[in-house]
Amino acid sequence: MSALSSRFLLRNSVGIIGATIILTAVAIAVFAPLIAPVTASQIDLRARLAPPFFVDGGSIKHLMGTDNLGRDIFSRLIYGSRISLAVGTAAALLGAVIGSLMGILAGYFGGKVDGVISWFVDVQLAFPFTLLAIFLLGTLGGGFYAVVIVLALATWVNYARVVRAQVLTVKVQDYVLAARAVGVGTPRTLWRYIFANSTAPIIVVASFSTAQAILTQAALSFLGVGIDPSIPSWGAMLNDGRDYLQKAWWIATFPGLAIALTVLGVNLFGDWLRDRLDPRSAR
Amino acid sequence: MSRPLLDVKDLDVRFGPLHAVRGVSFSVAPGETLGVVGESGSGKSTTMLAVLGLHPKRQANVAADRLEFDGEDLLSKSDGQMRDLRGRRVGLIFQDPLAALNPLMTVGKQIGEVLIRHRGLDKQSARGEAVKLLERTGVPDPMRRASQFPHQFSGGMRQRVMIAIALAGRPDLLIADEPTTALDVTVQAEIVRLIRDIQQANGMGLVWITHDLALMARVADRVMVMYAGAVVEEAPVDRLYAMPRHPYTAGLLGSIARLDQPRGKRARAIAGTPPAMDQPISGCAFAPRCPVRFDKCAAAPPLVSLDEGVRAACWRLTGEQA
Repeated sequence: MSALSSRFLLRNSVGIIGATIILTAVAIAVFAPLIAPVTASQIDLRARLAPPFFVDGGSIKHLMGTDNLGRDIFSRLIYGSRISLAVGTAAALLGAVIGSLMGILAGYFGGKVDGVISWFVDVQLAFPFTLLAIFLLGTLGGGFYAVVIVLALATWVNYARVVRAQVLTVKVQDYVLAARAVGVGTPRTLWRYIFANSTAPIIVVASFSTAQAILTQAALSFLGVGIDPSIPSWGAMLNDGRDYLQKAWWIATFPGLAIALTVLGVNLFGDWLRDRLDPRSAR
Repeated sequence: MSRPLLDVKDLDVRFGPLHAVRGVSFSVAPGETLGVVGESGSGKSTTMLAVLGLHPKRQANVAADRLEFDGEDLLSKSDGQMRDLRGRRVGLIFQDPLAALNPLMTVGKQIGEVLIRHRGLDKQSARGEAVKLLERTGVPDPMRRASQFPHQFSGGMRQRVMIAIALAGRPDLLIADEPTTALDVTVQAEIVRLIRDIQQANGMGLVWITHDLALMARVADRVMVMYAGAVVEEAPVDRLYAMPRHPYTAGLLGSIARLDQPRGKRARAIAGTPPAMDQPISGCAFAPRCPVRFDKCAAAPPLVSLDEGVRAACWRLTGEQA
């Protein structure tokens, strides 16, 4: 390996690790049927609550053990990545778009616009989200897209608040005044000067909003208003495993690890991306 | 005298209860340099931003008897018309060039912004023109520098970039708001020379805001002294320094630290502080700090013409001594 490429690896190690985790997770989701030993819903009642292979009584047949119905945790984890990743990403992205837009409008225009948007944010934060979600999903009907929209509604306030705060500090910078002083119009000022300089916290919020969306999706399925609970997802597995935490810790632990690892990947990649997008940080 | 480029009469700027600019009148002729001095908060920058229509409409209340640029009334212009004017006909240079440049855009793009907007160039030719402008403002290796970001420039080089941006629209009037305050002394001299050279080459009108009186003596044709949001004196530059009329101007000149004076005679500070701008001021705003105040100062003195081109607002100068 040449000196240059090893230096590249070293400098960008955080981004590479993050990207590797994300790409691995995506590959697992895409090629699930090829990787999983059995299907997600195949029940093996003789092997109920079997421990993972490295614990006494476990076998290679069920690498990560089985749940209370004898379903293979390893296979469910692989199939579950599909819903969890799709919902997590879609909800975090949609929330980012809505929230950033609202944050920019509130921060830049201030006054009544800010008043109305901030009022919505405060109301939503004060209102129990589960209640809102049940109401909305009851009205919209369940399904993937409805769940993504409802989850985006759960996360947009996070973005709106940090973007608004950031815009408030950026909009009084001299370069914004300087842009207006050479006749740059409002939409372009907002986009190239104010939003471009307000993106750093969005990436941070995105990484924890992804986790929040994955978990909330499971809670909604549990309540019977979200995605069909028979479709495996990491969040749903976590829920199922809660009752067996004393007897069979592996049911909840492995999906928990999967979520944590995915979020870590998003976080590392986001951190690296933020540094790369800032020309001030040395290359 | 030909028609002034910028003609302002009785300009008032209020931010709610804060009355920042109080009845300021002045004019700038083509090719002329008007110096504006005054301490922080005296309304120098606020006045110029008001001329350019850069105060947020919801916060600032700008009114004037006359506010004309090249014979056109600025107060009746729409936002779009003002945007066409800014950058194209009036350029603005800021005090802190690092703060005034977008950290996420290359300097070439930032100069190009003006060229595309105001001179209708396409991206390709805007880049070439930006490089030429950088070269003209004395940035070495302009080809390479155009694709760099502001943080990669030194203070003096950044100010050259700002000047290139201000000149990109080929303005008739350049407003320089303390363009050298944030720079170290050797760089200051270069920037001053650069701005003067460009002004002479283009015949632009120039408004130079500063609180550096020594610098002012070198750059300005006429000087306007502001105190508490109002003009207290205006005079040709040699007259002002030779014979300051207003006690505030005299105080300002007296407060310059001079090494050629004997010890103890050097710099005298003006006692007291300027009045709060959110209170109504009755009488002469400077009276509480004035060494020669008398009973007439309880009424506001008008700005009156004394000699050719000299105006001052002080009861001591109107021949009505107590």
